[in-house]
Amino acid sequence: MTATPHETTKASRTAGIPFLLKTAFINALIALVLFSLMVGIRTEAGSDGQLTYWARFGDVAALVGAVFGGSIVIELLRQWIGPTGAEKLVPPSVQSGMSFIGRYLAPALLIFTLLVPVIFYNQRYILDLAILVLTYVMLGWGLNVVVGLAGLLDLGYVAFYAVGAYSYGLLATSFGWSFWICLPLAGILAAFWGVLLGFPVLRLRGDYLAIVTLAFGEIIRLVIINWQSLTGGPNGVSGIPRPSFFGIPLDNSDDGLAAKLGIEYSPTHRIVFLFYLILALALLTNWVTIRLRRLPIGRAWEALREDEVACRALGINTTTTKLTAFATGAMFGGFAGAFFATRQGFISPESFTFQESALVLAIVVLGGMGSQLGVALAALTMIGGFELFRSLENYRMLVFGMAMVLIMIWRPRGIIGHRAPTVYLTKAQVISSDLVKEGHG
Amino acid sequence: MDYFAQQLINGLVLGSIYGLIAIGYTMVYGIVGMINFAHGDIFMIGGFIALITFLILISLGLTAIPVILLVVLLVSMAITALYGWTIERIAYRPLRHSFRLAPMLSAIGMSFVLTNYSQIAQGARVKPIPPFITGGYTLHESADGFVIQLSNIQIMVVITTIVLLGIFTWLVSRTRLGRDMRACEQDQTMAALLGVDVDRTISMTFVIGAALAAVAGLMYLLYYGLVDFFMGFVAGIKAFTAAVLGGIGSLPGAMLGGLAIGLIETFWSAYFSVEYKDVAAFSILIVVLIFMPTGLLGRPEVEKV
Repeated sequence: MTATPHETTKASRTAGIPFLLKTAFINALIALVLFSLMVGIRTEAGSDGQLTYWARFGDVAALVGAVFGGSIVIELLRQWIGPTGAEKLVPPSVQSGMSFIGRYLAPALLIFTLLVPVIFYNQRYILDLAILVLTYVMLGWGLNVVVGLAGLLDLGYVAFYAVGAYSYGLLATSFGWSFWICLPLAGILAAFWGVLLGFPVLRLRGDYLAIVTLAFGEIIRLVIINWQSLTGGPNGVSGIPRPSFFGIPLDNSDDGLAAKLGIEYSPTHRIVFLFYLILALALLTNWVTIRLRRLPIGRAWEALREDEVACRALGINTTTTKLTAFATGAMFGGFAGAFFATRQGFISPESFTFQESALVLAIVVLGGMGSQLGVALAALTMIGGFELFRSLENYRMLVFGMAMVLIMIWRPRGIIGHRAPTVYLTKAQVISSDLVKEGHG
Repeated sequence: MDYFAQQLINGLVLGSIYGLIAIGYTMVYGIVGMINFAHGDIFMIGGFIALITFLILISLGLTAIPVILLVVLLVSMAITALYGWTIERIAYRPLRHSFRLAPMLSAIGMSFVLTNYSQIAQGARVKPIPPFITGGYTLHESADGFVIQLSNIQIMVVITTIVLLGIFTWLVSRTRLGRDMRACEQDQTMAALLGVDVDRTISMTFVIGAALAAVAGLMYLLYYGLVDFFMGFVAGIKAFTAAVLGGIGSLPGAMLGGLAIGLIETFWSAYFSVEYKDVAAFSILIVVLIFMPTGLLGRPEVEKV
């Protein structure tokens, strides 16, 4: 069975233009059937509730033509590149080059990130975008603890983000507590929910775990929507106070930071402050993760990811291992949530849908599951890509979904694949991450 | 008591729809070992195609309801089955020997693609149709005026489900294809060695699952009188819950689980709160997986090293 892909590839390589045209024609025919009704006929409910429809044959023709041309191009590319199966191993020269780049890329990126507010001080749009990217970097690093290190697939990560955001939003608006008191509280509450989720799912593995975490995320969202007396339901929580510089407000008053420092007030100060705040939080996440990886608990996470049965046989307590992974990941999600609430000043359940979870998960997977630098670059690519497609509002998620499928087909281990365990019994084999087998989890 | 009986009927009808979707999940999981996350969206596509076919047939001047229903059923099954086949071909087959999470993530991506595709193609607004099959029977009228209704549409949903289940059970247990499917479920490599075309069998599994989901979509359209582009997500999770509750991999289990979820959801809405009915369904999923990971009719998974 393993030989079949090679044979078919060989067969198609020798085949010429008739084969190409035949494949393209069949694909176009399939596309015609698929799109005929869904695209060809547009339905719309009229003002009187009656459905009307009109035909759009031009769109169908364009799509079918695109499929025809596209399959010719793809087939040509496939013949040009040749069978992919044989070249799975990354050559050592490329690997050493990658590690060389990797060693200097991270500090360079960090320095650049630190300088972003200086370089782009007058460009509010770029600063806002950078804050958004950093938020997702932090979420990605947080989820990386659960998915990348411990190998537990979590599809409901946004629940902890929501818990953090609502913790800060509600505590600040009801009791007037400051951001710096609420931030740890939001983290603790989110971690608490992480443990709460962790307990029931201890026995589950793989796909089941994914579905249960997804259900958990949806439950949290539905409860937020329906528990109107506490959360304001679909209307959300508004008027969440902005963060202060350790008690000194960042506004245009006499007590404000600008007045105290004796400089002219500018609204950009707050943006820059938010930027460094999320950068600090993200770096904290990164630092804690890297340190934890070297502690026994981090080693246990990696062992759990590689093989749960062997892990248990070695006497590792999988219960505490899983719970700490969930709690740690959730805590960072909670921090990010609190930051999100203070940045937006307004939160509603709409910000915490399943799409958000999938986006963060896609960042972690694209980044190579376990690689800190990879996750950061993936967040930059994803969020930057989303911004590029901003004008095509409706097509954004379509492109995102397609990208997820394509990445899984081409580079299932992420663009920057790195998930080797920190310690080995013997010398590490030079082996492409594509060939690493998945442990249970 | 009358109220209870009415809810029982409603729950069974809803459960039949969930059961039809759940079969698609359970079959794919049994054979390929992945959660076909896009299956709920296949159900949604089936509903849309049924709606569009209805509109065309009615505007062509057809009036005979049985003919219309039959044509709609066949068209939506055929096109939706092709969707299922294409998705397997594009998004899942290249990943068959990849690591465990890859097909799942690809399926999530595919689910986004389908949701947004139909949003772009058909617009975001809910599409209602006028009640198509009307009438029904009054089973019982109590002294205080509460009436137990059994509408024709409910009868139709249940009968269609039973007939399809019959055909499907025959297909799996008596035909060559069914035998191939069961062989692939047990051991794909061995089945391939013995001359079973594994690729084709897996494709057919997706085709059958999608066709059943299309029937569920049509039933949903007839029963609730509307479709929208987002209905696949929640229905999909609930149907998956049904498949897990019944024991994933088990076909009678999927139907049983569907009925159970339908009944639980209906009774929860009737006696507790409508707002939290989805929470109830999701909580059941969690509770079942914790205390009964093999479901009602499933076999325990043996852990091999």
